[in-house]
Amino acid sequence: MSDALNELGTHIETKRTDCVLGWSVAHDELTVDVALSNIVGLVEFLKSDQTCKFSTLVDITAVDYPERAKRFDVVYHFLSMYQNQRIRLRIAVREEDMVPSITEVHPSANWFEREVFDMYGILFSGHPDLRRILTDYGFRGYPLRKDFPTTGYTEVRYDEEQKRVVYEPVSLVQEYRQFDFMSPWEGAEYILPGDEKQEEAK
Amino acid sequence: MMDGSTNARGYEDAQTGEQQIRNFNINFGPQHPAAHGVLRLVLELDGEIVERCDPHIGLLHRGTEKLMESRTYLQNLPYFDRLDYVAPMNQEHAWCLAIEKLTGTEVPRRGSLIRVLYSEIGRILNHLLNVTTQAMDVGALTPPLWGFEEREKLMVFYERACGARLHAAYFRPGGVHQDLPPDLIDDIETWANEFPAVIDDIDGLLTENRIFKQRNADIGVVSEQEALDWGFSGVMVRGSGMAWDLRRAQPYECYDEFEFQIPVGKNGDCYDRYLCRMEEMRQSLHIIHQAIAKLRAPEGQGDVMTRGKLSPPTRGDMKTSMESLIHHFKLYTEGFRVPEGEVYAAVEAPKGEFGVYLVADGSNKPYRAKIRAPGYLHLQAMDHVAGGHQLADVAAIIGTMDVVFGEIDR
Repeated sequence: MSDALNELGTHIETKRTDCVLGWSVAHDELTVDVALSNIVGLVEFLKSDQTCKFSTLVDITAVDYPERAKRFDVVYHFLSMYQNQRIRLRIAVREEDMVPSITEVHPSANWFEREVFDMYGILFSGHPDLRRILTDYGFRGYPLRKDFPTTGYTEVRYDEEQKRVVYEPVSLVQEYRQFDFMSPWEGAEYILPGDEKQEEAK
Repeated sequence: MMDGSTNARGYEDAQTGEQQIRNFNINFGPQHPAAHGVLRLVLELDGEIVERCDPHIGLLHRGTEKLMESRTYLQNLPYFDRLDYVAPMNQEHAWCLAIEKLTGTEVPRRGSLIRVLYSEIGRILNHLLNVTTQAMDVGALTPPLWGFEEREKLMVFYERACGARLHAAYFRPGGVHQDLPPDLIDDIETWANEFPAVIDDIDGLLTENRIFKQRNADIGVVSEQEALDWGFSGVMVRGSGMAWDLRRAQPYECYDEFEFQIPVGKNGDCYDRYLCRMEEMRQSLHIIHQAIAKLRAPEGQGDVMTRGKLSPPTRGDMKTSMESLIHHFKLYTEGFRVPEGEVYAAVEAPKGEFGVYLVADGSNKPYRAKIRAPGYLHLQAMDHVAGGHQLADVAAIIGTMDVVFGEIDR
């Protein structure tokens, strides 16, 4: 399995040297890092090339790494039903970058790109209809970014007096429970209750 | 211009006798019995012909992927039951496979066989619901009543294996939670012997039924190329004539040692997809029989879970060994850690390719988990497939697309 993937990786790299920044095979999966501006060309090549024939788009998603300068990874998965192989393309994207849309090549990318826009706020240039898809009408913020709180900012309820659904800022009766699970012996980043007295005693 | 006001050319409809007709926009759902959940379709109709179809999804969005980032791997498992709640265990399977791929865990043979057995029960659960409710969408009332009776029996098998009828949390990383008692396996076999008669009954009600055929044949035709362009999987590609099944093409678990056939359709219409589902149920039964035989064979005995860091120690161990007790406590509080890396694991869920893209950062929580639901892509093509059809066909098409909003909205 890995031999075939290595072969495929070399093939793609030699054919499209300008697009491929690097590739690796891990866990029997081929990952190719692609330059942002060349994604459409490479996807088109993968679809039409006879040794690749990645005719089905499986998934588009993103991963947020807030500490990096190129904050997001946009990840594409493709499947070739003819060669029975999968491939993963990865592009690093800055927050302000526009990613070229691949809806021209794969119409099925439409909703996936909308979802990535909805969840991460990454814009896709050339997308026919870039609206929010999963979140509420009128939702603000990008929920899957790491700096978005899990609780969100607003909560909704039906108001009996106004006879309609109202939006209010989240008010939690109890603080949201977020455990760090780290044992105090393995580099916990907080002071254990009682330990602060030790400092004072000195 | 329906109010008869002057148009651009400056005269009224009443004077010329011509009528200005505009297309009609209607809302289909979110509360509609044929919408299979909370689907809202904004349909533009020209008479009764659908011109444009814009699905609004997300009404059942629960933020599963966000929630998963703040919970341990094991705590995340039950979320998968709540995705496609029609066949819960098939979803868990994908999650377990992703974790096992990253950690390099081998599942013991008995655990693997039980997974296959329950995945196929899940497939029958799903197809029973889909085939019969789709029949209800096109006007038949009896099939769902018959189908739900069988689903009830299957859910009892779920309950007897894991204690819950629906939200099973039975497949665990490293195997399955508990072993099956022998009499449960006997009962599954008894049921599997009786079930063909029920399929034949449903078959007799629907397959040659004139109304059913009129409502489904040549409706929602999907060609091979369209299936590729729109990223279809599962019955949606098999109905269009491609023998693509992940169980055969990229075998996971121990599917490679099972004998089964992949039914394919010829025309790619709703009727062929119905026929594929019926035949898949029969093939699943065939797999169930094989799995039962293998579970009874001597090599099918043994533990159902790899005992290691991923799985809890046995009760007996915990009562005699301090280390086991500590391990049990640590496993259910801190959870296990998964080495850094990214994987994509997919299973042939009843609805199509259900995948999990997991990015692990070496901690006890996933850094990012993307759930790839087959129904998402199927529903996306709604505008393409339903365009040009009658309004009534929309219900038939949604039915055979097999959408469940738990997994589409996540």
